[in-house]
Amino acid sequence: MNVSAHHKLFAMVLSLGLIAGCSSTGETTEDGAYGSDVSAVDQDGGSTVYGGDDDGGVSSSEMSEEQRREAEARAARAEEAAMREITTFYFDFDTAEIKAEAREVLVAHARFLQANPGQNVRIEGHADERGTKEYNLALGERRANAIERFLIVNGASRGQTETISYGEEKPAVMGSSESAWAQNRRVELVFQ
Amino acid sequence: MGNQMTNRSTTGTTPTSMAMTWLLMLMVMIGSSPAAHAELLIRITEGADSAIPVAVVPFAETGQIPSGDKVSSIVRDDLTMSGEFKPLPPEKMLSLPSSGDEVYFRDWRLLGQRYVLVGQLTRTGDKIEARYELFDVNREERILGATASSSVNSTRSLAHHISDKVYEAITGVPGAFSTKLAYVTLQRSGGKALYRLQVSDVDGKRARVRLESDEPILSPAWSPDGKRLAYVSFETGKPAIYIHELSSGNRTKIADFRGLNSAPAWSPDGRSLLLTLSKDGNAEVYKMDIQSRSLKRLTSHWSIDTEPTWDHTGKGFFFTSDRSGGPQIYHKSSESAEPRRITFGSRYNARPRPDNDGKYVYYVHQRDKAFHIARTNLQTEEETILTRTESDESPSVSPNGRMLIYATKQGGDSVLTVIAADGGAAYSLPASEGDVREPAWSPIVE
Repeated sequence: MNVSAHHKLFAMVLSLGLIAGCSSTGETTEDGAYGSDVSAVDQDGGSTVYGGDDDGGVSSSEMSEEQRREAEARAARAEEAAMREITTFYFDFDTAEIKAEAREVLVAHARFLQANPGQNVRIEGHADERGTKEYNLALGERRANAIERFLIVNGASRGQTETISYGEEKPAVMGSSESAWAQNRRVELVFQ
Repeated sequence: MGNQMTNRSTTGTTPTSMAMTWLLMLMVMIGSSPAAHAELLIRITEGADSAIPVAVVPFAETGQIPSGDKVSSIVRDDLTMSGEFKPLPPEKMLSLPSSGDEVYFRDWRLLGQRYVLVGQLTRTGDKIEARYELFDVNREERILGATASSSVNSTRSLAHHISDKVYEAITGVPGAFSTKLAYVTLQRSGGKALYRLQVSDVDGKRARVRLESDEPILSPAWSPDGKRLAYVSFETGKPAIYIHELSSGNRTKIADFRGLNSAPAWSPDGRSLLLTLSKDGNAEVYKMDIQSRSLKRLTSHWSIDTEPTWDHTGKGFFFTSDRSGGPQIYHKSSESAEPRRITFGSRYNARPRPDNDGKYVYYVHQRDKAFHIARTNLQTEEETILTRTESDESPSVSPNGRMLIYATKQGGDSVLTVIAADGGAAYSLPASEGDVREPAWSPIVE
């Protein structure tokens, strides 16, 4: 999954979280919202529900706070699960530096591994076709090692991870363009 | 003088001999194609201006000679491939002598020829004997006269042998036409890859598959006696180094450590391998004694150290390291010496291959966005870019130091190209289908 897909997914996760948070306040609001606002609101779920919030607050505030926290936790879990859909991480030419936008996702993977000690992950390093095959094998390994270290620092344990480098042998995309190369310089996480 | 030659190609693996000796993963098959497979074709892309004009006269024939592989045409092709000769097309010849007493030097001088090769082939039973003579046209002198023989099925070996002798008589350097190439072909279809390790004549003919796998095969390297190949295969799902004896097809997995097992290179005495392992944390160069499997670590740095190869003394070695930021070529004059950086011309120089007399080291060199083959003169430290193609990889020097083969891209496919080692003439050896990569030129074996 590429970066723009990641952002889209992230936006989706946020709106899902909002729905969950609001609907927990009671059935009446939902009815009211739908009844009063049908024509004014587009199909995006978030704003529809937002309009009906708090008006018919029949529950106690304590109850609502607890539910809110629960919903937030659920939303956070959903967000992490959505982030964990992302299992491919990209690199610049001849580097093994983890990009800033990958860190949050990798932390989510690390937490998941920490929470599931029986889960193992195979970390596969790749390089683009440019340069020599043997150097690229070592470069792919360096990338895989960088990701492995990051996962371990953030909670995964050493026994859960395994690395392998394929160098330039298993491109994700065929071709000799900048865009193909960019998609081939990568590490893939394979959960087992 | 009688030059008896043996035909090495008959010592290859037969499918029956190996079927029983192997216990292999399902996807790996060895020697599955006993006959020629995906033969490479030579395409001449460029000639050298300084090429020496030589007339190879069609040989006279006595008895039933197989017509498929004309000995004199193969000799002509070999000499052309070297980039150092410009053979005269037979249709331009004024006469077709087959022995010295029929050679009229004046005719050949008129045609601008420096040398004339004449000969006769005689079949006796299953044997073919060649009697051949080489003349220097200007000096009106015979400079070579010899006989050689082969089985009736291996006239190609006979022709390459004659090419070697002619080449040596004229240049003073042994010819390398009887040597072999090892290379890897790759076909992809429907997301599946098929890797084949093949061995062929240097002109791409008589190719035979030695190992087939749907996982990567990399870095074939010839033993100094030309009898074994070391290579990297991912057939078990991860990289391991194997030694493969060509005559029997017997294989030994000799390095299967955690992490990288890559870039094998034989020592000149054939007793040890240099290889790259990352079992201690990151890619480092090690020496493995083949008999005892004992390891000695030869580099120690947090950077990538890989692609080792012994220098001509057999005491020091070249390797690639990115300890300066990007990959560069380094040399250690002994196993314990401090590494000395060899390349400075650009930010990416990798996979060194020295010649046999310590004069040059060849490597992959990035300039702007292109990857070329370059060489550095080790005495003067002068660097020369040898290729004009732009995605060049895997240089391998011929054992006589006169030719260089490398892989490059042509219309999306990877092809092999042969050039003169000084960057002169160029010949492509395109695969009939898919990629052909990682050529390794065998040593000269008598």
